[in-house]
Amino acid sequence: MLDVNKVRKDFPMLDGKTMSGHPLVYLDNSATTFKPYAVIDAINDFYHNYTSNIHRGEYELSQKADTAYDSVRKIVGDFINCDEKEVVFTAGATNGLNIIAYSYGLANLKAGDEILITLAEHASNVLPWFDVARRTGAVIRYIDLDEEGRLLPENLEKAMNDKVKIVAFAAVTNVLGYIADVKKLCRIAHEHGAITVVDAAQSAAHIPTDVRDWDCDFMAFSSHKMCGPSGVGVLYGKKALLDAMTPFTFGGGSNARFEKDGTVILKDTPEKFESGTPDMEGVIGLGAAVKYISRIGMENIVEHERQLRKYFMEKLASYDNVEVYNPHGDTGIIAFNVKDIFAQDAASYIGSQGIAVRSGNHCAKLLHNVIGVTETIRASFYFYNTFEDADRLLEALKTCTIENCIGIFF
Amino acid sequence: MSSLLKDPMVLREILLDHYEYPHNHKLTDNPAFREAHMASDSCIDDIRVQAKITDGIIEDVCFDGRACTISTASTSMMTDLVKGKSIADAKVIMDNYFAMIDGREYDEDLLEEAVALQGVSKQANRIRCATIGWRGLKQLIEESEAENDGK
Repeated sequence: MLDVNKVRKDFPMLDGKTMSGHPLVYLDNSATTFKPYAVIDAINDFYHNYTSNIHRGEYELSQKADTAYDSVRKIVGDFINCDEKEVVFTAGATNGLNIIAYSYGLANLKAGDEILITLAEHASNVLPWFDVARRTGAVIRYIDLDEEGRLLPENLEKAMNDKVKIVAFAAVTNVLGYIADVKKLCRIAHEHGAITVVDAAQSAAHIPTDVRDWDCDFMAFSSHKMCGPSGVGVLYGKKALLDAMTPFTFGGGSNARFEKDGTVILKDTPEKFESGTPDMEGVIGLGAAVKYISRIGMENIVEHERQLRKYFMEKLASYDNVEVYNPHGDTGIIAFNVKDIFAQDAASYIGSQGIAVRSGNHCAKLLHNVIGVTETIRASFYFYNTFEDADRLLEALKTCTIENCIGIFF
Repeated sequence: MSSLLKDPMVLREILLDHYEYPHNHKLTDNPAFREAHMASDSCIDDIRVQAKITDGIIEDVCFDGRACTISTASTSMMTDLVKGKSIADAKVIMDNYFAMIDGREYDEDLLEEAVALQGVSKQANRIRCATIGWRGLKQLIEESEAENDGK
């Protein structure tokens, strides 16, 4: 059981800050999360006490940085259940998905091959595939979602055929927050000889990740959505796949030697994917974040978000001015609109009441084909949110009229 | 300037009215109109502004699309202010409007009802909304001028 009030003390952003003259309520956790002292201190420690470049120096400081950086592979490997050699540090989930698309997809797809995605995907799991499809002559197809916008294994089964080479989907979708049955989806894809790409950007911080149990081929997530610093993330790939891939970027740090005749000997996986001085403090901060949320406990996070959502949805049932697009969602994400008010206007009013929510299409620009609206407001709860936070949003929704939305400008 | 345009309650009503019943809210297929599609600087608003500019006069201007209160109302007000004006006069109005939205000094009398949007200058995230239609008009004027320069 989670002691939220105790947990909140770990976060400087939750120490009584105000926004627009009201105590801050932060419900934009799907966009990014707050950072605990444990993460901030780990990054500061690198800056204050052992700044140096990794993998290059024959001196103590550099070795300390090496150790700190390299130890994060094992921390992440334990967190997602893989070998540390399968952990590639990236600039974030977007970068990870692009590496898969360009290093694996471009090399392995040919004209007529099919890539399956869904209409609920984030731009980062759509646009790289669009481009790779254009370059290779492969075809993008969409797995049918059910009427609520959920990806069901039976619909993947229906969409599969021998031409499908890649199946790419989010473990948790970023607007509707549905949890996919990753294990079953991967099994179906594999039965037909396709490889699987799991976008874990919205899942890694919210549900347990077990890439061995899932049996996915690739997976990517970002640090900043899980209490870590921005600008860093992880690409997981099965070792044999990563070993067979040619990197997408080249430069220092990823090669062992090269000659003037063009001979290049790359380092082994995962280093061969990490050209250039990496985001060292970012990786070190990510390690601290993974340790921190592991201590909180993924099961506790799942349960707390479930309780907050249940509480919020029960109270919201008496509201006739709010339409929810994922009433049966699985995580702390609630997508809604205030009836007859443009999402951005309502979100600005909610913001003026000290509550951070997001409005727009949340980079899932194909989802309107499923839910029938292009813009929604997204409130996303995390383990440090309280029932009072939910009450504050409910209160703001009660007074969210078009007059009040305009009133913030006077 | 009318003292009514100093009363926040009145200004709110004006803003709401332009949102709920926007002026010149239509699009035309008439080839004499040039069009600016304003959809690339945010992923939310998506409007088209059309204007018929002849001999340096903005004879007609209209718009439509998906937009929030501020985008809709500000564009509606813009059409009222520049319709029938010369490009030179419209540019002066435009400069004053952008000055107001940027929080700089401006001539209230030139902006008439559009002064209802002065509060947007304090909401940085909505400045794009308050200027989208105006930037569309600016683009159309520039295109028209460039074309005439070429003649």
